[in-house]
Parts: sequence; structure tokens; C-alpha cells
Amino acid sequence: MNSSQKVVLRFPPELVERPLVCELALQFGLHFNIMRASISPHREGLMVIEIIGEKKKQEEGLQFLQENGLEVESLSQDIKMVEERCIHCGSCVGVCPTEALYVEKPSYLVKYDETQCIACEMCVLACPTHAMEALL
Amino acid sequence: MGEKLRTYEEINEKIRQGKAVVVTAEEVIDLVEEKGVEKVAQEVDVVTTGTFGVMCSSGAFFNIGHTKPRMKVSEAYLNGVMAYSGLAAVDFYIGAAQVAQDDPLNKIHPGEFKYGGGHVIQDLVAGKDVLLEAYGYGTDCYPRRKLVTWINLADLNEAYLFNPRNAYQNYNVAVNLSSKTLYTYMGVLLPKLGNANYSSAGQLSPLLNDPFYRVIGVGTRIFLGGGVGYVAWQGTQHNPGVERNERGIPKDGAGTLAVIGDLKGMNANWLWGVSMRGYGCSMAVGLGVPIPILDEETLYYCAVKDEDILAPVIDYSDAYPNGTGEILGYASYAQLRQGKIKIEGKEVPAASLSSYSRAREIALTLKDWIQKGDFTLTQPVLPLPGKDAGARFHNLPERPVNNGRVGR
Repeated sequence: MNSSQKVVLRFPPELVERPLVCELALQFGLHFNIMRASISPHREGLMVIEIIGEKKKQEEGLQFLQENGLEVESLSQDIKMVEERCIHCGSCVGVCPTEALYVEKPSYLVKYDETQCIACEMCVLACPTHAMEALL
Repeated sequence: MGEKLRTYEEINEKIRQGKAVVVTAEEVIDLVEEKGVEKVAQEVDVVTTGTFGVMCSSGAFFNIGHTKPRMKVSEAYLNGVMAYSGLAAVDFYIGAAQVAQDDPLNKIHPGEFKYGGGHVIQDLVAGKDVLLEAYGYGTDCYPRRKLVTWINLADLNEAYLFNPRNAYQNYNVAVNLSSKTLYTYMGVLLPKLGNANYSSAGQLSPLLNDPFYRVIGVGTRIFLGGGVGYVAWQGTQHNPGVERNERGIPKDGAGTLAVIGDLKGMNANWLWGVSMRGYGCSMAVGLGVPIPILDEETLYYCAVKDEDILAPVIDYSDAYPNGTGEILGYASYAQLRQGKIKIEGKEVPAASLSSYSRAREIALTLKDWIQKGDFTLTQPVLPLPGKDAGARFHNLPERPVNNGRVGR
């Protein structure tokens, strides 16, 4: 059965020029959607991708990437809502493209559904109390 | 409608006996729908309101006590944020929107504005030590020239919030018609009508429950920053003469309140330093006003619903910064709270900058204080200027200046 997960991949400088992520499709038959990719001045790479496919194949694919020197972590570890700093205004809600941040009714509290987050970081820009943190 | 139902004295007597009937401005809506204005006005003594939003025109006065030798402070910083010291020797005022002295501002746009006056006030109220750095030029009576010390709210002689403009009666809905992202005091506005930001507690907001200022006036005791405060005056930009709907609800920003209260009795949960990306620092303030149900008319106005309140939709890429006065349309708070409004045929996500859940919490807290007998009501000593008072907010009439002389 197919499922999906969003992960953050970090490429050390020596791996930036190696075509590794394509192996997820070629070797493991997985689909993936690149949500974000960048190379820093020190030539470390960062990629946020959603991987779609059989759970077992996903595990194998990610293990392959790790064995080849990539750091792999779940996206939900990287965009965080710091509850005690949130004043539940809703500034983040209108700029969130996936409704990962939403106003729950009837409580009118702002809630964060990590599984919907695509790490665009608009909420980090919009939050007036620094309650949304990006560790990417 | 005009018949007096109760006086302030009668309400306060019931509060002292623990018998006052108090409901929030949200609860009263259902009650009125169920029983009608006449019956509810007979039953309810007080309706409580609340709002919690970013209110830039806020700040605090304080007196730090004299040093030995004495010092007339002419320049002062609290945690690196400048406090106004053009007052007597050791009196200061810190404004919520004052940015830390070493802040890079918008040099790299959009600036972060991480720490400012609002944060200093929040830290003080939270009981944290704050670094004071002060300079004086030295006089015969005040010789000292430099002071660096930690200060704490508990050690200050006086510390009181004095906010020149809070609790705006209605406000703009901000949108962006341009093709680039805008960073404004109304939050991040995405290009081409990407989102719409609004900022009013609507049916819970104090002045929207008393649209003609029949009961809220100078001297009204209120919930302020988690403690007790008072309405000190009409706020700056108080503009009661704007267009109103058939219920008397202004269709634009109208009345405002200047408020005062002892900082030492307040709570950092209700005075919150904020950073508006690309714009600056400010403070979110919690404020709630009790409305005594003196007659049926007072109750009628308290039963206002979000669907009765319209806010003007303004383009912040042109109409607002250039002051053109153009309004793209109106949206009701009921529509806004649904999270989507239609502007120029496009469905636009709408989000609030003021917290409705916290506005509700304030109204409930005030209700609790009154029910417990801890908070009695005060009769205003002076009404706020009303819609026919002739007070009208206007733009600055600029006059050309030639060779240092004012021309005409």
C-alpha cells in the first residue's frame, strides 16, 4: 500500500555533485516531489522532498541515501510551533498555503498539523511572536 | 427603550452581594435571540467585552528612584531600547514601538525587529531584571553623568501603562493588489490578493458593543493587561463621525481609547511584545470593558453580531500608503471569521491579527472578576466625543517652508 512522508535531506559538500536522489525512483520505484532545494555558500546541500510509494521501499530508499552519506530527518522535526509563544492571533493562517496552520472552531485556537507542512516558512515570516521556528 | 432599568449604584450593590448577572458580549447574542432584548435587559446587569491585538500606541511611564549622587537622566536605554527621558530627573516613558538601538531595521529587507519597547514591558511585567543604561550631562543639583544597573518592576517607585490609542472601534481589512509581497503593520500581505488580514475582535470588541459611547467614557474601570486600568481619555485619532450602518456600527476605524493602569498589577500573558516582519516592534495588549445594562438600548447595542459589522477592504500597495481613500469593498466579520472573503471576484484567505480566543478569555475573566465581587463598575466622569461632537480625524495640512520661514 502506498503512503507518503516528507523528509529533509542534507548533503555534505563532497556529495553535492553526485546524482543520488534519482536513485529513489530508479532503484526503489518511488515517486518523489521536491518541495525545496538549495546549496549553501559552503556547498552543503539541503533538499525537502515528499516520498510516495510502498512503506518498505521508502525505508530501503532512505537507508540507501543514509549509507551514501546523506543526513535524513523527518520534516516535522524542522518546522515547529512553540506553543508557549503562540498568542493564537492567526497571522500565520492566511499565508499558509496548505492549511497546515488553521483556526480550530469553536475554540478559535491556532493549530498546526505537521503532516500538511511543506516547509515554505511563510509562517516564520508572519508570526509576530516567533512562535514558529524553522530549523532547516 | 429609554426607560432606566438600573443605576451604577444598584449594579455595584449586586456585585458586592455576589448577585450580579454577568454575561459576555458573545453569550448575550444567543440570549437575545432566544428571549428578546426586553427580557434579557431585565435579567442581565453587565455585559463584558474583550480584545487582544497588536496596539502600537502603547507604552509605560516609570520612576526608577534617585541615585546617590543624584542624576538628571537625559538619555536612557532599557535592554538596549531607548526610553524617552525628557521628563523630570528619573522619570521615563518607553513606547511599545521603539526598536532596539542596534537593530538593523530594514537594511536587509524585510527586517526582523526582534526586540523593542513592547518586549521590554513584557519582560518587566514578567518580573525579569532589565538592564538600564542612562546618561546625564551633569548639573549642580544633579551631578552624576552615567548609570548602568539592573532594574526590576518590583523596585520601581511607579510603573504604569499609559496607552494613547487602544481598542480601535473597527479597522481595515488589508490586502495587496501589487505583484510583490508586502511587509506591513497588518502583517505579511501576499501579492495579487494572496491573503487578507483583519484586526478586530468584532462582536466581542469593547467599542463595537457601545457604538455611540453611551456608557464607556473617561474614568471607566477596565481589564487592562491582566490587571485593572481605566479609560483616561479618548484615544488619538478618535474619529466618531465616520459613516455608520443602521445599527450605528461604524463602517471604518472610528472611536479609540486612551487607557491607563498600574503595571505592577498586570500579567505578561496579556502584554506581549511582538515583531512585525519588515515593519517594526509593537505590543499585543489585552483589554476588556464591562458594559452596565442601564436600559434596553444599552443591551440592544451589546447584542451586535459579527454579521452586523462591516470592515473596509483596503489595498496596502497603493490606497493605504498613498492615502487615496479608495475602498475595494466591505466584508463582514462573520465572513472574515469563515476564513475566506470574495474581493474583485476572487476568493481570498482571510486571517486575523487579533486573537479571538484571547478576546473571549478576557471577557470571561472580567465576568469572573465581577461575579466574584472583585471588580465593581465606575460611572464615567466625562463622555467621549460622540458622532455629532464635530471631532474629526484629518490628515496633516502640510505647509511649504522657504528659507526657514513658514510660507502661505
